[in-house]
Amino acid sequence: MLDVKNIYKTFNPGTVNEKTALRNVSLQLSDGDFVTVIGGNGAGKSTLLNAVAGSFIVDEGQILIDGIDVTKTPEYQRAKYLGRVFQDPHNGTAATMEIQENLALAKRRGEKRTLRVGITKQETEEYRELLKTLDLGLEDRMTAKVGLLSGGQRQAVTLLMATLKKPKILLLDEHTAALDPKTAAKVLETTDMLVGKDNLTTIMITHNMRDAIKHGNRLIMMNEGRIILDIRGEEKMKLTVADLLQKFEEVSGQEFANDQALLS
Amino acid sequence: MAISSLLNALPGAVSQGLIWGIMAIGVWITFRILSISDLTVDGSFATGGATCIMMMVTGHNVWVSLIVAILAGAAAGLATGLLHTFMGIPAILSGILTQIALWSVNLKIMGKANQSINVDKYSLLVSMRFLKNANPLKNPLFVVAIFIIVLIALLYWFFGREIGASIRATGCNEAMARAQGINTNFNKVFGLMLANGLVALSGALLAQYQGFADINMGRGAIVIGLAAVVIGEALFERIFKNFALRMLGVALGSIIYYLVLQFIMWLGVDTDLLKLFSAILVAVFLAVPYWKGKYFAKPVKAGGNGNA
Repeated sequence: MLDVKNIYKTFNPGTVNEKTALRNVSLQLSDGDFVTVIGGNGAGKSTLLNAVAGSFIVDEGQILIDGIDVTKTPEYQRAKYLGRVFQDPHNGTAATMEIQENLALAKRRGEKRTLRVGITKQETEEYRELLKTLDLGLEDRMTAKVGLLSGGQRQAVTLLMATLKKPKILLLDEHTAALDPKTAAKVLETTDMLVGKDNLTTIMITHNMRDAIKHGNRLIMMNEGRIILDIRGEEKMKLTVADLLQKFEEVSGQEFANDQALLS
Repeated sequence: MAISSLLNALPGAVSQGLIWGIMAIGVWITFRILSISDLTVDGSFATGGATCIMMMVTGHNVWVSLIVAILAGAAAGLATGLLHTFMGIPAILSGILTQIALWSVNLKIMGKANQSINVDKYSLLVSMRFLKNANPLKNPLFVVAIFIIVLIALLYWFFGREIGASIRATGCNEAMARAQGINTNFNKVFGLMLANGLVALSGALLAQYQGFADINMGRGAIVIGLAAVVIGEALFERIFKNFALRMLGVALGSIIYYLVLQFIMWLGVDTDLLKLFSAILVAVFLAVPYWKGKYFAKPVKAGGNGNA
């Protein structure tokens, strides 16, 4: 489904702020894979996700989605294949637009936008049913502006938007990091439900090792722009946080430096 | 300072307010929908006036002239849009560059700094001469009001369509819009073209109304447009929630601006100071929401409620 081949990315090349964020990263995902990604700050997790999403063009290497070379495809065209949820709940939705308008925008992802009506009556009913599955009471507030919702509600709506039109790959960039633990757990539950429903190929970055172990069928760990661990199947099911920390020290030769990941 | 002289001036003030109201709706589209402060308008307003007058004096039909004026304004918006999206120049600077360039363009369109048109020789759509006309259907108040109603209806329709909704999303949250497969650069250029088309239409109508196009007619237009937007929002925000009504609020804001202006002139205030007052007015109105959030945010009550 996804084939990332030897990609490199350096930000601000030739300046004092030069930062190589991705060094020769390769990653293959099969249809239905649910990969969790962990790593310290600056490990390149988000950069990898943004490279796939097309937020920037990689310096070297190739990215194929479902066999289609998208290495040079601009972000808005690549969106056709991708569902995305961002870390900041403000980023995934248009605050001044209604909940149902946001969903209608997502419904048309990858399609030509014309002078047809922006949201049909029939869609409204469809969205009402989908919002019910979130169990947040949003089905009764469909014409409310998204800006009025809480962070957790916004992430849940963004998740729904990202999966409304079945994406080839779902990209989740620490989408629960800005939420309180209870809300985060609820959003993760919703994530599992939506991913499971369509058996979506998913990449989920998280700072929480427990979540990384608990969710998905595969786990990768990044450090200094490289993938240093790739654990799947049986082996992943047996993982513990202690195992992960030990493996990290073995592979990288340093201690895992992210309090957030350890304390949660 | 007879009250009758003020009353006599009111219809003129209202029709000017209506004409500028079309421009204000254009400014509202860039400022509020696209979240861009577009300074192109100072130039494209005069471009609209100059184009319309030159088309008419060279023998073209008034409607054809208006359409060409709108297209000229849209071309100015295209220039600003490309400077911004294709050349990566900040939006505000892109607008200034286009505005300066339009100064020369407008002079070349007219051949000199000022071109007049004789209301008796040409069939103008609006003219201050018709204010006291016996035929109410030719009254500029009526004609321009119809223009505004039709424009608001068209814009309301448009922004409810798929493309229109994607333009609103672009102005609200670009990252989100791109993630939904929306070509945000295209939308910004399109929005700027649409807005400047409206601004040029407004300039074309004003040039007919006053009987001449002038190289300076758009000077400070952005401030008048913003004044209309902020007045309209301040007065009607609570009652006009609907998208179409919000545009109507902006048009009404423009009328109120000209009524206040007329009143100040009637009081005998030095008209040299009018632009200063306009700028202060806009600055204060734009500052109010900021101040509200910063200084007047309701403090969290200490101690919780009695049952805690």
